[in-house]
Amino acid sequence: MGPDMRAPGGEAAEVLGPADIGRALVRIAHEILERNRGADGLVVLGIPTRGLPLANRLAANLAAVEPGVEAEQITGSLDVTMYRDDLAHHPTRTIGATHVPPDGIDGKVVVLVDDVLYSGRTIRAALDALNDLGRPRAVQLAVLVDRGHRELPIRADFVGKNLPTASTERVRVLLAETDGRDGVLIEGPTGAGR
Amino acid sequence: MRHLLSAKDLSHDEAVLVLDTAAQMAATQAREIKKLPTLRGRTVVNLFFEDSTRTRISFETAAKRLSADVLNFSAKGSSVSKGESLKDTAQTLQAMGADAVVVRHQSSGAPHRLAHAGWIDCPVINAGDGTHQHPTQSLLDAFTIRRHLAGGAGDLAGLHVTIVGDVLHSRVARSNVELLTTLGARVTLVAPPTLLPVGVESWPATTSYHLDDAVADRPDAVMMLRVQRERMSSAGGGFFPSGLEYSRLYGLDQRRLDALPDHTIVMHPGPMNRGLEISAAAADSPRSVVVEQVANGVAVRMAVLYLLLAGAQATAPADDETRVLA
Repeated sequence: MGPDMRAPGGEAAEVLGPADIGRALVRIAHEILERNRGADGLVVLGIPTRGLPLANRLAANLAAVEPGVEAEQITGSLDVTMYRDDLAHHPTRTIGATHVPPDGIDGKVVVLVDDVLYSGRTIRAALDALNDLGRPRAVQLAVLVDRGHRELPIRADFVGKNLPTASTERVRVLLAETDGRDGVLIEGPTGAGR
Repeated sequence: MRHLLSAKDLSHDEAVLVLDTAAQMAATQAREIKKLPTLRGRTVVNLFFEDSTRTRISFETAAKRLSADVLNFSAKGSSVSKGESLKDTAQTLQAMGADAVVVRHQSSGAPHRLAHAGWIDCPVINAGDGTHQHPTQSLLDAFTIRRHLAGGAGDLAGLHVTIVGDVLHSRVARSNVELLTTLGARVTLVAPPTLLPVGVESWPATTSYHLDDAVADRPDAVMMLRVQRERMSSAGGGFFPSGLEYSRLYGLDQRRLDALPDHTIVMHPGPMNRGLEISAAAADSPRSVVVEQVANGVAVRMAVLYLLLAGAQATAPADDETRVLA
């Protein structure tokens, strides 16, 4: 299913373009630095698939603003597949890679990065996965889109855009690294393929 | 595919998926906390009708690292020694709520019977049946070869693997010939004529009676098979004149070890008969990956358990195509 496909009866509206996404990630980088008074002890972990390129971009933005920060030294990925609570309700998921920066996460401030915050269950799984890797001093959450409909008491610390949606709608995040271009789309309830 | 009964059941892409999943599992086993919550609440039964140390412990470790409950069943000391049939044993396990059965049996085809007779409705994993198949062993061998010789990713295209020894009785050899060729490797079998099975010429492998020629052919990996004395009737069973002659002609000694290319790895599925098919020098040399094979076995079996057990169960076969491996 192509990114621009508009299935009959539904429509895909682009709510964020490439420039919007870029600005949101710059702002979030500044907010992270402001909140933590610099980048000391900061670790940015992206949740595959699309949290990973977002984490890399955020880290690059942090490195651009804050002297002495090397993006590769603070970035990693955190796969949460084996910690999900819905494994038995879906086809078998492919397991992604987990990489933690060489210094580990003990005593660090971990910023989790994901594309869409929805039920909150992915983040719950991520917190469990982190727990098995070490003991961070604090965990914060950055997401590109918060679309509401939480099923768990979880909220984001840094949000690119709050998108009020109906639960029948579908939010699609496209990133150049994984999809060839940047964009956030809302697909209507009937059209959105499946 | 819902069960893992034979290496032949795996397509190229499925086999690569198992190896990729095993690589992620192996990465988790380097952590301080090795346990994952993935299969919490599931029950895996190890049903072993034949003696085994490493395979049973490996499956048990794999299941426990994924938080599954493990029931160990061995024929010795069970109702099987009172004459209980495979069917009744299977139905007992079903009634106890097994979510997967790992079975080793001295009869070729027993796991297939267990999977398809309608006695139980959970995934069956073959942990070795008679002289037929041992698919997880071939997966861990492929994983080990891939890690050392193919950069730890993709398939084994272009690699040359030589399997030496008791091919006749070896389910490891059968599984490896199928899996390694599925993954694009070239396989050569080396054995005395008496230890090659009838019909070996139809296998996707070349055969040779001379180990020195095979060594000169510069293989990338040499896999020594155990001489399975327990499957040979009398001493040696008439398959070869003496252990000494076997080890002179088909044993991996220091001279042959030195003649191998520098990058070649030495493998053995264990347990080793030191001094018979493999010399101590070869078994303990830096190019021997025998101990690593055991460690990789846990990761590969975790991957197989994950892929067969974690997803939605095949109660609705309609959307089977959307499942990754099941």
